[in-house]
Amino acid sequence: MQYRGETTSAVVGLLALLLVVVVVSAGIGPVEIGPMTVTKVFANALAVPVGVDLTRATLTAPWRVVEWYAPFSYDVQSLYSTIVLQIRLPRIAAGASVGFALAAAGTVMQGLFRNPMADPSIIGVSSGASVGAVAAIVVPAALPFGLGIRGAAFIGALVASVVVYGIATEGGRTPVATLLLAGVAVQTFLGSVTSYLILRSGDSIEEVTYWLMGHLDASRIEEALITGSIGLVLVAVLYLYAEDLNALLLGETDARSVGVEVEWTKRVLLAASSLITGAAVAISGVIGFVGLIVPHALRLVVGPDHRILLPTSALAGASFLVVADTIARAGAAELPVGIVTAAVGAPFFLYLLRKREVSEL
Amino acid sequence: MITVDGLCVDRGGVRVLDGVSLSVAEGEFVALVGPNGAGKSTLLGAVGGHLPPASGSVTVDGDPVGSLSARSLARRIATVPQETNFGFEFSVRDIVEMGRHPYRSRFGGDGDPEGAELLDRALARTETAQFADRSVASLSGGEKQRVLLARALTQAAPALLLDEPTASLDINHQVRTLDLVAGLDETVVAAIHDLDLAARYCDRVVLLAEGEVYAVGTPREVFTADRLATVFGVEVTVGENPATGTVTVTPNGGSTRGG
Repeated sequence: MQYRGETTSAVVGLLALLLVVVVVSAGIGPVEIGPMTVTKVFANALAVPVGVDLTRATLTAPWRVVEWYAPFSYDVQSLYSTIVLQIRLPRIAAGASVGFALAAAGTVMQGLFRNPMADPSIIGVSSGASVGAVAAIVVPAALPFGLGIRGAAFIGALVASVVVYGIATEGGRTPVATLLLAGVAVQTFLGSVTSYLILRSGDSIEEVTYWLMGHLDASRIEEALITGSIGLVLVAVLYLYAEDLNALLLGETDARSVGVEVEWTKRVLLAASSLITGAAVAISGVIGFVGLIVPHALRLVVGPDHRILLPTSALAGASFLVVADTIARAGAAELPVGIVTAAVGAPFFLYLLRKREVSEL
Repeated sequence: MITVDGLCVDRGGVRVLDGVSLSVAEGEFVALVGPNGAGKSTLLGAVGGHLPPASGSVTVDGDPVGSLSARSLARRIATVPQETNFGFEFSVRDIVEMGRHPYRSRFGGDGDPEGAELLDRALARTETAQFADRSVASLSGGEKQRVLLARALTQAAPALLLDEPTASLDINHQVRTLDLVAGLDETVVAAIHDLDLAARYCDRVVLLAEGEVYAVGTPREVFTADRLATVFGVEVTVGENPATGTVTVTPNGGSTRGG
């Protein structure tokens, strides 16, 4: 049970790192704010529910009768509070949530496919989301139920992954090799749909390009929290299957012989990863390489055991994307974060390739 | 304990096993022998629940293997595959510990008090303890095979299936491994190429040819020069090992098949 101690200390360490990254990032921008001030702003924003009177709680709206108590009240300029909480925090929260989700999904996909090139988009999730989002921008009237861009992207992601899964499944079995090829084919097809929609986009081409490049600046805090919550819940589900995923790394026949219910496990892993990725892509567009390089880097540090690799990858992914997005917005001209992650990610991947780390996987 | 009845298995549209029947008693050590392509690995795969029968049945303690969950099957049958892709850098101990998977609850807790003891015992018996903390990727083929045997022992199933357990072992470890396996209380079914080793260690041998059972019995009964010449297509001399008193089979060199 050695891994438990290691996992706990690694998780605590990475949580502390994430906290530091968030505080530093919230201070960086056109108005520089010191880390102490940022910490005070965050402390002031803390509120704990007190005096919850269950007798007064009604079924209709129990939260209305909850009183909130803010334990801290440091003296901070209200301008700083506004910048940190209203302007920077939503974007940082989106970065952390999306990075967490993509790195977790990438870890699972690389394990499931036993393939170092696997990333969260491998079964068509990202291309499905792209078609959904671009359609929502270019031909909004064509979408039912007044779906927004985020809703359309999320639905597109899920539809694409369900279709890929359906194509690759025969007689209750889903060979990963078939899944991989079906994913590539569906991605290519959806890519052509996106290209066609771009041709027809006319005036909205800028908005389309902006969405496709990946971005975190458009998120409201509520949206970031929804993606973050989905990520936390589903990573907890995936964590329950960490041992099964370890056994799957030795091959499906081998995993079955030590008692892994192979097809069911694959279904759970694929469904959870697709949902996580869909929830991330819906608020950020397609951000490449996070789900590819973060799991690789962590595997070098903590090893292949998913009981420690999965939580550490997810948390490292959160920090990584917040840092990348801070770089993206700190420069003279603001860049889409997708450009930064790809610009950092591709050289790193080549480095891994040269180190033969990739061919050993 | 293991009963195979009229088993037919198709692979890639070709009938690889055709009407195989076999019964293995508790505690018995049965060797599957036969030329390449005779269906030894396929039979092991079908008994291990990996290959569905086209017709016929495989039962373990009366239950068809296809009806058991992976978990309960893994508690009854442990498999030592011929080879496994150890691409990821797991330690030997990590791999052997996977044998405890069918006993662990998904929701954690230390519900497996015997696990640690079984693990250490398996490492010691297979002589893998000295490299327990090394990465499996760094091991030789023979060392990997012993690690897989250690995992199967850790699984503590009453039946063990071994696919060519001695194929990558040096003669010292061939003998040690088979000494260990033959000394187990567990029921063992092993595909073995080396007829001398099969004859020396097994209670019974099953001679397979072209997907059918050609002969079953003690090594002395089954290994006759005529029969082996027919099945393997090469003249052999059947003798006796002066040290162990068991049957030996030596090919004479001339193939009985044209071309």
